[in-house]
Amino acid sequence: MTPSASLAPSDRASGRELSLQQQRVRSAFWFLAPMVIALIAAAAWPLLRTIYFSMTNTTLSSLYEGQWIGFDNYLSWRTLSSGKTIWRGTLVDPAWWNAVWNTVRFAFVSVALETVLGLLVALVLNAEFKGRGLVRAAILIPWAIPTIVSAKMWSWMLNDQFGIINDLMLRMGVIGQKIAWTASDATSMYAVLLVDIWKTTPFMALLCLAGLQMIPKDIYEAAKIDGVHPVRVFFRITLPLIRPALMVAVIFRTLDALRIFDLVYVLTPNSKATKTMSVISRENLIDFDKFAYGSAQSTLLFAIIAVFVAVYIWLGKVNLTGEGR
Amino acid sequence: MSASRLFYRIGFYIAVVLIVVISVFPFYYAVLTSFKTGTAIFEVDYWPKSFDLANYDKVLTQATFPRNLLNSLFVATSTVGLSLLLAVTASYALARVRFRGRGLLLITILAVSMFPQIAVLAGLFELVRYLGLFNTPFALIFSYTIFTLPFTVWLLTTFMRDLPLEIEEAAIVDGATPWVIITQVFMPLLWPALVTTGLLAFIGAWNEYLFALTFTSSETTRTVPVAIALLTGASDKEIPWGPIMAASVIVTVPLVVLVLIFQRKIVAGLTAGGVKG
Amino acid sequence: MTFRIKSLIAGSALFAVLAATAVKAEEITYVSGAVGNDLEIFKQIVKPWEEKTGNKVTLVPMPASTTDQFGQYRLWLAAGNSDIDVYQTDVIWAPQLADQFVDLKDAAKDVIKDHFPSIIESQTVNGKLAALPYFTDAPALYYRKDLLEKYGKQPPKTWDEMAAIAKEIQDKEREGGNKDMWGFVFQGNAYEGLTCDALEWVKSHGGGQIVEPDGTVSINNEKAVKALETAKSWVGSISPDGSLAYQEEDTRGIWQKGNAVFMRNWPYAYALGNGEDSAVKGKFETVALPSGGEGGQSAATLGGWNVAVSKYSKHQEAAISLALYLSGPEAQKMNALLASHLPTLQALYDDPEIKEKQPIIPQWKEVFLNAVPRPSAPTKGKYNEVSSKFWSAVHDTLSGKGTAAENLEVLQADLEELKGSGW
Repeated sequence: MTPSASLAPSDRASGRELSLQQQRVRSAFWFLAPMVIALIAAAAWPLLRTIYFSMTNTTLSSLYEGQWIGFDNYLSWRTLSSGKTIWRGTLVDPAWWNAVWNTVRFAFVSVALETVLGLLVALVLNAEFKGRGLVRAAILIPWAIPTIVSAKMWSWMLNDQFGIINDLMLRMGVIGQKIAWTASDATSMYAVLLVDIWKTTPFMALLCLAGLQMIPKDIYEAAKIDGVHPVRVFFRITLPLIRPALMVAVIFRTLDALRIFDLVYVLTPNSKATKTMSVISRENLIDFDKFAYGSAQSTLLFAIIAVFVAVYIWLGKVNLTGEGR
Repeated sequence: MSASRLFYRIGFYIAVVLIVVISVFPFYYAVLTSFKTGTAIFEVDYWPKSFDLANYDKVLTQATFPRNLLNSLFVATSTVGLSLLLAVTASYALARVRFRGRGLLLITILAVSMFPQIAVLAGLFELVRYLGLFNTPFALIFSYTIFTLPFTVWLLTTFMRDLPLEIEEAAIVDGATPWVIITQVFMPLLWPALVTTGLLAFIGAWNEYLFALTFTSSETTRTVPVAIALLTGASDKEIPWGPIMAASVIVTVPLVVLVLIFQRKIVAGLTAGGVKG
Repeated sequence: MTFRIKSLIAGSALFAVLAATAVKAEEITYVSGAVGNDLEIFKQIVKPWEEKTGNKVTLVPMPASTTDQFGQYRLWLAAGNSDIDVYQTDVIWAPQLADQFVDLKDAAKDVIKDHFPSIIESQTVNGKLAALPYFTDAPALYYRKDLLEKYGKQPPKTWDEMAAIAKEIQDKEREGGNKDMWGFVFQGNAYEGLTCDALEWVKSHGGGQIVEPDGTVSINNEKAVKALETAKSWVGSISPDGSLAYQEEDTRGIWQKGNAVFMRNWPYAYALGNGEDSAVKGKFETVALPSGGEGGQSAATLGGWNVAVSKYSKHQEAAISLALYLSGPEAQKMNALLASHLPTLQALYDDPEIKEKQPIIPQWKEVFLNAVPRPSAPTKGKYNEVSSKFWSAVHDTLSGKGTAAENLEVLQADLEELKGSGW
């Protein structure tokens, strides 16, 4: 059933096939070139610039006068005359590690829940029923509202005095008194998670749906005729077939979740309980006079994400090249 | 209908209703708020009490808002067009042609999306000014490829990889060039994937705020999210909830219409093709 | 390298164009976070200047969030953006952006003495006048005249009096059926606004102003501890628990629904509170913020906006002329009459026309005389970090994470370390 991705040369090793393969590689090169050039043009300079800044003492008031200081923004130490060693740099900054912990916790919970919910929603929407088109459009609404607006909207709805969420929960008797969701450290992370899941589940659902719809209908019909239980069909047929698309969706969601910025920035500004890596780098890059330090944190964020992706690809056995299938 | 079937159907429709209510409720509340003015905004209501179009009037008569809508439309459409064009060809090469370094290339493409936006802002700003794009829509189209391109390339690669081999082989036997294979054979089969990725990229570009604010400096080149952030109350510190909600409704409606138009394509996709795996 | 050359060419080309049209109109780009009516009013205010000089002012509006504005301006200035000529700057930004602004000292030497000295001082960095004042801002205590009369109370003079009155009226009103009534609302979110609020508490108790003008870190003292403890005691009793997330608009929302006896807020809430649909229309007044009891005096944090000329501007002469005009009596008077913005020119507080049409402005003079600047001048580029550490310590105290004494002790140490060998 699973097609092998490229023409396997083993069984057709004739000269014509070889030159065909060469021809294909050549056209592949021309197909790839524009995309690679576009990415290099847009991304290479800013990325390398940030890494360079992270090893200088550049400030925003003198962008071109920074001096090379090596890894001091990451970690440096000096020994005082008393013999005591003091450590400096992002790697020993408790605020940074707090942010790392917040981000990882947030990313894990949100992506896990979004994947499950997104899959469920996609399964529901994949069924035939009246008004399916409208429902599909409806679920996209959360994703379609600009983040800065939806974050404000939710902070309005979560407000303790005139927020509708408190009013609703009070009426239903879920809570005894109005709760300041975004204010207290105990609940602010839940508030951020709630809004993020609300906002990005449609993204997951849509990708799962696209995966579901690429599955040929006759497979299901065959399963139906054989009398296979629907749950079994899901785990044995559906899930393996949409797995590649799902894995890619999860990668990109995780990347986004690890870099989350605007939602936290608008919903719970300056709260230690929700401050993420991106938020703390922005603080240092722009607000505080520590541009180079912030660049170092951004570079670390990049490194952490890279490690995550590597582990994920390894553990999830994501098939990068499509070979061997 | 057996009892368990009935039970199943009821459960199914409850799920549908729940999904719709949860997705739409905040938007519904925004619509409700957009019809309110003054102190009424601070009241909690579940049903429309007032129907005051003053906020919509305020947003639409603000000299540049229609222009901002057009800008957003232009930027988002161009970004999607550009990324899909680059991504379709690239992902064909990545998915269907065997060559050395494919995995590495995919990872490198992904790495571009690993930097926080705020960190590339300074470098990107220098680049945009150097290229003379500052304060033009092209600055945005250019910078948005950073986040739309890796995403579209990866997704399309994944989807294209799953297309049956036999179709391509048949085309090759008929003497089709790779370009013909992509446009004539694969594109029709890829509709669900193309429309989905295109839509997601469109929304991503449509909603982007930070780059749009930094790379434009006049009201006529700004996009909708910035325009919404610029909606202000009569005085300092006052947040104009009414107009903000009205503007959000205005901005969201075209996207919903877009989905309604394209979702046919999403559904039509494979069933029409009659592909066997 | 190529970057330099290219901008050089672009620059000289532009210069050639400029030289050719020097006698004609110049176009000055003015960037500002001004909002709503202010945008229209600004156009009216610059009109006389445009007519007089033949130049044209293009306004670039920015989001109202001052943090967003600051980020953008900083980035634009860092990259030497020549597209913006004049920046409207917050009172606390001057020391952080001064390097990239033109020194206005010589241009303004004849008029400097007419402004309030404290404001000029706040805009002077190492002897350089980075920005000229445009209008000023200071908060006051809003109180419900009707409720105070109903229970036979006078506007409070000290924080303790305020708390006692607030508690009594709140409890009685709740018994009377208004369950949502609160005694006092203030801005307790962890943001710059909390620095303003808490500075007032500390200063009014005689606890200094975090970092003194000479650069000494003074925050760890008994009076400051007492001030924060007092504020902590409000949360949950006379102020909602949600106060810890409130910014100006949240408090105004509660106030304007008639659900608070007292509110600490800026002048903008005055006109809005008297709007047609306001539940407190005509029922409230303002008074200077309370003092901290014995040895204390009322203190209000200095706000307000200034105009600065970019070093990278290609029309500096015209830009400076615009800055001088905006800080001058003609523009400030118009601003006071049209937008009820507080002038920075002392003479305007006695102007009969302003007195007649905007009676609130002379009232505010007393508030303003007690204004205390945030320590942006002594802490220079590190102000934002200082402020962030301060509001975090206060926020922790208010939310019960550590006592005031513990948090301020740590804060003192942190600030001294940040200061290092000098700010």
